[in-house]
Amino acid sequence: MNRNAAASVAISFAAFLAVWKLVVVVGGYPLFILPPPEVVAERFVQAWGDGVMTPHALTTLQEIALGFIVGAGAGLAIGYGLARSALVERLVSPYIVAAQATPILALAPLLALWFGPGLASKVVICGLIVFFPIAVSTMVGIRSVDAGLLEMARSFRATRRQVLLTLEIPAALPSILGGMRVGVTLAVVGAIVGEWAGAQQGLGLLVNLARGSLFDIPLMFATLVTIALLGIALYLVVVVLERRLVGVR
Amino acid sequence: MTSAGRLLATDISVRFRIAHAPAVEALDGFSLAVERGEVVAIIGPNGCGKSTLLRVAAGLLTPQRGSVTLDDRPITGPDPRVGLVFQEPRLLPWRSVADNVTYPLELAGWPRERRDERLARLLDLVGLSDSAGARPSQLSGGLRQRAAIARTLALEPEVLLLDEPFSALDALTRERFNIELLELWERTGSTIVIVTHSIPEAILLADRVVVMTPRPGRVAAIVPILAPRPRSLDFLDGAIVSRAATEIRAHLQPTGEAA
Repeated sequence: MNRNAAASVAISFAAFLAVWKLVVVVGGYPLFILPPPEVVAERFVQAWGDGVMTPHALTTLQEIALGFIVGAGAGLAIGYGLARSALVERLVSPYIVAAQATPILALAPLLALWFGPGLASKVVICGLIVFFPIAVSTMVGIRSVDAGLLEMARSFRATRRQVLLTLEIPAALPSILGGMRVGVTLAVVGAIVGEWAGAQQGLGLLVNLARGSLFDIPLMFATLVTIALLGIALYLVVVVLERRLVGVR
Repeated sequence: MTSAGRLLATDISVRFRIAHAPAVEALDGFSLAVERGEVVAIIGPNGCGKSTLLRVAAGLLTPQRGSVTLDDRPITGPDPRVGLVFQEPRLLPWRSVADNVTYPLELAGWPRERRDERLARLLDLVGLSDSAGARPSQLSGGLRQRAAIARTLALEPEVLLLDEPFSALDALTRERFNIELLELWERTGSTIVIVTHSIPEAILLADRVVVMTPRPGRVAAIVPILAPRPRSLDFLDGAIVSRAATEIRAHLQPTGEAA
């Protein structure tokens, strides 16, 4: 990021804080409805300092990471199958669409019942929500591989494996990484939804605790900020990965 | 590169099945013998099966009837003895020119040092030594086609098949590429079969020009170009050329599409 871009990001963030503060002051909202930014910032620093936030954040991060790996792995494999086999597409796609059309919020309690309140249910929920965009983007990416390039590789006697590694994956990579951008932010949603359906630890649980038994609304906002930052950080990881892998073409 | 490479196509027939339509007969009983080291140009109206014929010879397409042999060994699939240059360069856009040119060697499992050794010679052969590190998108159409030709030469095929390789180039570049192809042929001694729409191109390059019938493609006539080599562009103005051109035009049936 160059200096100009950094400056514009800083200006827009300052404007966001100013509007937030203005709403609090003009609206005269009490602390338990909308705390001002400086109170949230103070609570955010305090919660990270005294070790309240850390274990919850680590738990959620672990759920997201495992859920993303499972969901993305399945999405890549099924997406490739959908692209290359009409039979797979006919047999599998109705179920994929049905699973995607059912709101994850409605499925989460059931999955929590089946997989328990621990890590497993969150990984499943995360995986499910990550799966769809990555499967679709993989399918689209693999299908868009130029038939002329495939014929060229065949004329040089490329094996199926060589076609996959040297042609199909590099050609589909921009599309796949686009799906991963969507998938990684959805993974955060999946982990929080999973925690709402039952958990012993995690940022989603902390939001509930702060709003309920603790009645610490600034902590709730500090947790929401943590969740948002986590989402942004993970998204940036994918963007950096994309620059590395796709780069100049 | 070796001087072996007698290509024999016998009674080739290819029919394409298309959903909800009658099958298209692309080739019907096409036979041709190309001697080793010979340059043969194939010319014919659009859709007469010229490209299909090259795909059969390259082992990319199995004909319903007939066979292709190279030095008496049948071609049953993509074959390292046969190299095909496509109409478009078909380079991998995410790879450098160097990595595109050595792609066939990589697929064949050559270690990097051996690939690099051959790379220098291949780039030199097509005049691309200065562009080794460039991406295809940074090159002109002509340079991209040079890279594609170098790639096809990487495995040192005995027979070089070219499918309208210069049709996307402007007239002047095209003439230069024709002369360079002749120089390349003199240096490598490989057998060349080139499909083209251009009568001057066919006459300049070939020992024999094969004129095909409209679909389904068959041999309409074979016009020998009895002119000494090496040939240059000046040769294109001579009497031999105009006689050959007249004869080729006479055999091309009046669809008016070949120029």
